[in-house]
Amino acid sequence: MRRVYITGIGQTPVREHWDRSARDLAASSILQALEQAGIDKADAIYVGNALSGELTGQEQLAALIADFAGLTGTEAIRVEAAGASGGAAVRLGYLAVASGVHDTVLVTGVEKMSDLAGPAVEEALATSTDEEYEAIHGLSVVALHALLMRRYMHDYDLERRDFAHFSVNSHRNAVNNEYAMFRRPITVEAFEKARLVADPISLLDSAPVADGAATIVLCSDKAAGKRANSSVEITGSALATDAVALHDRPNPLFLRAVQESAHKAYAQAGVTPKQIDIFELHDAFAILAALSLEASGLAPEGEGVRLAMEGEIALEGRTPICTMGGQKARGYPVGAAGVYQIVELVQQLRSEAGANQVDARVGMAQSIGGTGATAVTHILKSPE
Amino acid sequence: MSLAKHWRMQQQRYRLTGMQCEDCGAKLLPRRLVCPQCKSHNLQLYSFKGQGMVYSYTVVYDAPSGYDGYVPYPAALVRLDEGPLVAAQLTDVDIDEAYIGMPVEMVTRRLREHGESGLIVYGYKFRPKLKGQA
Repeated sequence: MRRVYITGIGQTPVREHWDRSARDLAASSILQALEQAGIDKADAIYVGNALSGELTGQEQLAALIADFAGLTGTEAIRVEAAGASGGAAVRLGYLAVASGVHDTVLVTGVEKMSDLAGPAVEEALATSTDEEYEAIHGLSVVALHALLMRRYMHDYDLERRDFAHFSVNSHRNAVNNEYAMFRRPITVEAFEKARLVADPISLLDSAPVADGAATIVLCSDKAAGKRANSSVEITGSALATDAVALHDRPNPLFLRAVQESAHKAYAQAGVTPKQIDIFELHDAFAILAALSLEASGLAPEGEGVRLAMEGEIALEGRTPICTMGGQKARGYPVGAAGVYQIVELVQQLRSEAGANQVDARVGMAQSIGGTGATAVTHILKSPE
Repeated sequence: MSLAKHWRMQQQRYRLTGMQCEDCGAKLLPRRLVCPQCKSHNLQLYSFKGQGMVYSYTVVYDAPSGYDGYVPYPAALVRLDEGPLVAAQLTDVDIDEAYIGMPVEMVTRRLREHGESGLIVYGYKFRPKLKGQA
């Protein structure tokens, strides 16, 4: 297995880009990353995208993007795993380079969501659930997470407002991220008063869907050459799955796929959970953030929310999460999120995070599909 | 809209039919090919009695297309007496009446329509157990 370095990153701001389509967004992030890496082509392109067909009627997205970015003919394929599509694309890019098949690959996450609105978007998002046994009953992705949150509140004696700290933290961090969608802080009171989407999840507890694209360049040490010494390295990569439907899991409150992928990644990277300095987790909803901390071994079961209440998830805390705003405030272009997480970790590990800089040597990014049926974890190390 | 898609689910939707593992006795809903407990392929059809209690519940305000006409509607994960969890809407209940542990029973109700002249899809929902029943 060869070492894998990240030699370039690129990203578009996350927002409703009324004037830009998926191919535009993806290509612009690719060109940024290529320029930063000092290259003009790659051996392959892995495109993480969840809903291109559902939302824009466009499939065969990878070939389209390769051509539009001026890389016509390049090996290119789209990777789909619902909300984990971006992370899964990173996984495939990592496998291609680590295995020795390719020397330099691009991984691009892109999602174009703003062409439709409201119920049509909820319907598209529901394709990540079990269609025959969850979506058919009108259970949206939000509703399924609401079921988890309600049960968790019951089991661990918590109130809705206790979950506010995840959103408050994400918004606070996004203030200093120029690419973030929401750059204003919110209060616990605002979280409590926000309109319910699916009880007990409110509008300020739900990551906003939006448009965006992010790209990373992965290189073997041979291809990276002298750049390897100053590049962030991927030292752990693992993907695991679980039953898609909540009701098919023995304990819906325990994310087995998160545990499996996190522990495999720790083992490969030779680190323990305590050595993770930053955790870019998948905060589509506060309950998912809490359960991710628990299944990743960073909080005991039932203590994920309390960790946030105690301030330990803040930049200055023991386990900083969502350091550039996370899904909640940086924004959540579904299939692109997993690549944005890597871009943000690279910024931190290169000491390019500005006002949000954390003193970090080892970072972890984790991308989740649906209510936890796919989880992909990557561990990154700062340059020597 | 597919008629076939709903037709092949009739047994599950109208009669809550799942499987029973002949080797370890596990009762499984929905139906599967492989027992998740013991990996046996020796599974036979089993019709659940439809009795259970609420494991968790929610009220949906922002719904997917096709369900937005019904908001707000309550939904739940129900723990059936035989063991499995099932996801379904609650019915015959006010949106603030549900609670964890509430005894419920299965009924057959309309899940959705496909437009004014399209297919009407029926399936299981759960209502609070009627008084006077064990």
